[in-house]
Amino acid sequence: MSDKRLSLRDAIARYVQDGMAVAIEGFTACICFAAGHEIIRQRRRNLTLIRMTPDLIYDQMVAAGVACKLIFSYLGNPGVGSLNAIRRAVEQGIPQPLELEEYSHYGMVGRYIAGASRLPFFPLRSYTGSDMPRVNPRIRMVDDPYSGAPVAVVPPLNPDVAIIHAQRADVAGNTQLWGLIGSQKEVAFAARRRIVVVEEIVDEAVIRSDPNRTIIPGLIVDAVVHEPFGAHPSYVQGYYDRDNQLYLEWDRISRNHQQVVAWLEEWVYGAPDRAAYLEKLGAERLARLRPAPAPAAPVDYGAYQ
Amino acid sequence: MNYTASEMMIVAAARALAGVRTVFVGVGLPNIACNLARRTIAPDLELIYAAGVYGARPARLPLSIGDPTLVTGATSIMSQADLFGLYLQGGLVDVALLGGAQIDRFGNLNTTVIGDYARPKVRLPGSGGACEIAANARRTFIIMRLTRRAFVERLDFVTSPGHLAGGDSRARLGLPGAGPALVVTDLALFDFANPERAMQLIAIHPGVTIDQVRAEVGWNLRLADHITTTPSPTPEELRVVREELDPEGIYR
Repeated sequence: MSDKRLSLRDAIARYVQDGMAVAIEGFTACICFAAGHEIIRQRRRNLTLIRMTPDLIYDQMVAAGVACKLIFSYLGNPGVGSLNAIRRAVEQGIPQPLELEEYSHYGMVGRYIAGASRLPFFPLRSYTGSDMPRVNPRIRMVDDPYSGAPVAVVPPLNPDVAIIHAQRADVAGNTQLWGLIGSQKEVAFAARRRIVVVEEIVDEAVIRSDPNRTIIPGLIVDAVVHEPFGAHPSYVQGYYDRDNQLYLEWDRISRNHQQVVAWLEEWVYGAPDRAAYLEKLGAERLARLRPAPAPAAPVDYGAYQ
Repeated sequence: MNYTASEMMIVAAARALAGVRTVFVGVGLPNIACNLARRTIAPDLELIYAAGVYGARPARLPLSIGDPTLVTGATSIMSQADLFGLYLQGGLVDVALLGGAQIDRFGNLNTTVIGDYARPKVRLPGSGGACEIAANARRTFIIMRLTRRAFVERLDFVTSPGHLAGGDSRARLGLPGAGPALVVTDLALFDFANPERAMQLIAIHPGVTIDQVRAEVGWNLRLADHITTTPSPTPEELRVVREELDPEGIYR
């Protein structure tokens, strides 16, 4: 079994290049902020950023000037309000203009599925009566070849690289994820390269003891990165809670571009790696995010000789 | 007992979920209304979240609709491919609660832009799942504050289809769900129970006048034959909202 472990710095240096289409997925949960920050530190440019919910990580990346385009379905700070830096880029071109290509959630999911399974398009019951197809010509209506009725379709999406955060993987990249799985599996299979970032590296035997939980096989994984708390301020089910305090604070910080630049200076450029970021956050704050245990009842797969 | 207009709105939305089996929960006000309903009038209500959760039993009111408390103790967690494909498109959502920045008289919603799409005055979050939820849920309830800025004659952008141009225009386009059935605001309630499928006033909240409602609606408002007054929130409803669901008063 090949050992695909890399440092986050090396994984980003090797697999994320200027001009690429990059997907850091994770629906509220397991958003790999560590990777986003490393991309900012390595000063990548002209990226197309892909995510259903751009969240704070893409707000920070857009403010840092790494992106020229965004493909997405929900542009908000969930439960708080706007993504102010992305709005500034869209409304005022600060720090640079940002092209938007937008879908609904299911449209994005369908694009990943079509991309992963090499289908020419994905049909869905959405967009009828909406203005969305009018502003995004990639959303089209075609005739159902069986009934003749119109149906909406979206094209395949194949990111150059997908970055997936999860609870655990073995050194070959066999990855187990639980809690909200979002569209992590679909985007991983759709991408050309995949970086998996995990809270824990475990033995292959641990993975094999619970194969139902393996969402991404090592077969498609290019790099495995061990980065505990790598999803902060989003969360990892069973490992740490969402740091809602930062999501609320970001609304204030991000109101002004200079404040965002200062924040990036302090928390991204000023922290050479994730360990330095965590040290700045402090052990006490991280400890407060640890949930009490709530283990599942064990399942028995049976031994068959 | 004193209460705010927001609390009245949340309580009225929760009460409308009596007898409903499955509800698709959105971010913000819908989230608190659905959780209030499950803790009061609709104990068998199953909460479905776009994050891929069926049968959530949140121990706290989540700030986001992807909070870990939605996972622990839920009936089922699934991929979003399954959530949107098998549950929503499969027809298993009885009611979905939606909101928006703008609504028109036929219950069409805008959550995308204020102003021109290419040069927006305000860039809003966009669809999320709302476009397919509005199409596929059996019925939708809309919850939003009643203001002239929001209740407009013409939307700047149609994100999610309601009754489209009214009449049978929605059915003619083959949308699977029946569309908006109720609009819950901080001042009044509206439905669409007429052949034109146009929003009509059915109830005002205590202390609100019909003229006050008219003043906040950007078109010539239609009145139902009988307009009732919404019963005030009960002490128990207010206790659940204030002590259990929103102790910090974010939605007050």
